[in-house]
Amino acid sequence: MTATLQVENLETQFPTRDGIVRAVDGVSFSVDAGEILGLVGESGSGKSITGFTILGLIDPPGRIANGSVKFKGEELTTASPERLRSLRGARIAMIFQDPMMTLNPVLRVDTQMIETVQAHEKVSEKAARARCIEALQAVGIAAPEERLKSYPHQFSGGMRQRIAIATALLHKPDLIIADEPTTALDVTIQGQILYEMRKLCRDTGTALIWITHDLSVVAGLADRIMVMYAGKIVETGAIDTVIERPQHPYTRGLIGSVPGAMPRGKRLFQIPGMAPAPLNLPPGCRFKARCSRADAVCDTMPELVELDPGHRARCHHPYDAMPLSPAEVAS
Amino acid sequence: MAVMSVLVFVGIYMIGDPLAILVSPEATELDREAIARSLGLDRPMWEQYFTFVTSALQGNFGKSFVFGQPAINLILERMPATLELALIATVTSVVIGVPLGLYAGLKHETVTARAIMAGSVLGFSLPNFWVGLMLIMVFAVQLGWLPASGRGPTMEVLGIQVSFLTLAGWKHLALPALTLGLSKCALIIRLARATAREVMLMDYVKFARAKGLNERRVIGVHILKNIMVPITTVTGLELGSLIAFAVITETIFSWPGMGKLLIDSIVNLDRPVVVAYLIVVVFLLVTISLIVDILYSVLDPRVRLGEAK
Repeated sequence: MTATLQVENLETQFPTRDGIVRAVDGVSFSVDAGEILGLVGESGSGKSITGFTILGLIDPPGRIANGSVKFKGEELTTASPERLRSLRGARIAMIFQDPMMTLNPVLRVDTQMIETVQAHEKVSEKAARARCIEALQAVGIAAPEERLKSYPHQFSGGMRQRIAIATALLHKPDLIIADEPTTALDVTIQGQILYEMRKLCRDTGTALIWITHDLSVVAGLADRIMVMYAGKIVETGAIDTVIERPQHPYTRGLIGSVPGAMPRGKRLFQIPGMAPAPLNLPPGCRFKARCSRADAVCDTMPELVELDPGHRARCHHPYDAMPLSPAEVAS
Repeated sequence: MAVMSVLVFVGIYMIGDPLAILVSPEATELDREAIARSLGLDRPMWEQYFTFVTSALQGNFGKSFVFGQPAINLILERMPATLELALIATVTSVVIGVPLGLYAGLKHETVTARAIMAGSVLGFSLPNFWVGLMLIMVFAVQLGWLPASGRGPTMEVLGIQVSFLTLAGWKHLALPALTLGLSKCALIIRLARATAREVMLMDYVKFARAKGLNERRVIGVHILKNIMVPITTVTGLELGSLIAFAVITETIFSWPGMGKLLIDSIVNLDRPVVVAYLIVVVFLLVTISLIVDILYSVLDPRVRLGEAK
């Protein structure tokens, strides 16, 4: 069976006056139907750009320099703009980070949802409206007939994100790319939305890529996790193995900096230093400047190697397959 | 408007004595006084103002010293010509300016976009009267395609004389409307470009694309509707200033509108006409900003007040 999405050696670059920014640098992964992949990294690691690249929504002058994106076996990097348009919103949907910004403030909700239906299917406005009402009900919006006639500013943030999700679900897509959709929401709403998304993927076999910087969100949601650092994947594997036995020092640092992993009263772990400037990447391992284990070997770029079955890390000095002890992180 | 009326009244009182122009130099002192008394000019200023306000509130702005007709009638008679000119200039500048500005904003790195912007700088900085004169030179004098002055034949629609229904009327309208519209068009281009560049980076535009909408819908609905909010405001304000201060253009093209009447009246120190003109203009400006506010709430739902949630 072909994977829903198969990304091979993807490179997205932004030429700037000072040189080329390699926002996504040789990323490979795949997602199967019904699977939830957590894509984790800090700001500027290239995780959002990866999402936009898949949809063909990179703003010029950014471009795909290399690699392939196969959606159910169909190559997307060379597909025509019209073909991409017909896939977007119908077969591959995207949900954005800030629900306050994703709905057009001057158009009514029904306009924005019905146009999505009609962009892909020739249906009457009445039929389209019925579909929208159904979709809004599915995400838990009460009295959808009336709410459809409202403008976005009349909804709270959580409600707007539900509308965005409902819009994404209108065509029952095979793949949803969610770019930090719960970051801007309060915790109770976040929990509800996570639960609903998870249920949806299980029920409909929709593949989901959940992009986030928040490990604790992914831990409860995803099947697999992929950690990105400075445009490259540094560690990937099943969610439990990566969280419990991280091999890459960066992943270990990320986990150590989440509240809850540490005994009460202890200072949270901080990864020293800052992510390297995208224009001035050091040769070799991109994390070496911030890494306590780095030595001369790290001046060459490590490969992504499989240490345990299904668990791969890009490091010359990976941690053993041993649980992370709080004392170790704190030292 | 009350403040305006005081300002205008005092201002025009200071400019000069209309008697000097109205009365012929050979007239005797007795004649002078008779005329002054008949026009009410012998009384002190505050009394003149008081008389003016009481009658103005009853819709009577006094009679023109020069024409001997009620001032307000003179102005209303000329108003359609000015309104027509200003409206056509505004509509033209929006119809041309918005698409050009939108293009320049969306494709801001292309040569065409830069040419549009360079052109708008020209349109912006060329003085109105010079543009008018140049247009007359080229199209009326050199090429002889279009008439240089006057309004041409008019047709009556609902009791108002209009030119835009006949070809000859259009020919007369073309040059003055172009002159008036040019700088407004440049302004709208720049505004449309600036807001387009802002709006196109918004998440909702990206989301619209992610929904699979085609470019025509993304640009024509999602971007355009957001751009129209500031454009409407500015267009409204500019329309007001066009109506009020089309004076120079009307003078150059001998357009029989309110502006020309104002200039003639100032020259003749025809106080009632000047005062009535400015009152009418203030009234127009207030009306236009009211219309803009209403349009605004149609375009931008966020400014609608008192709507049930």
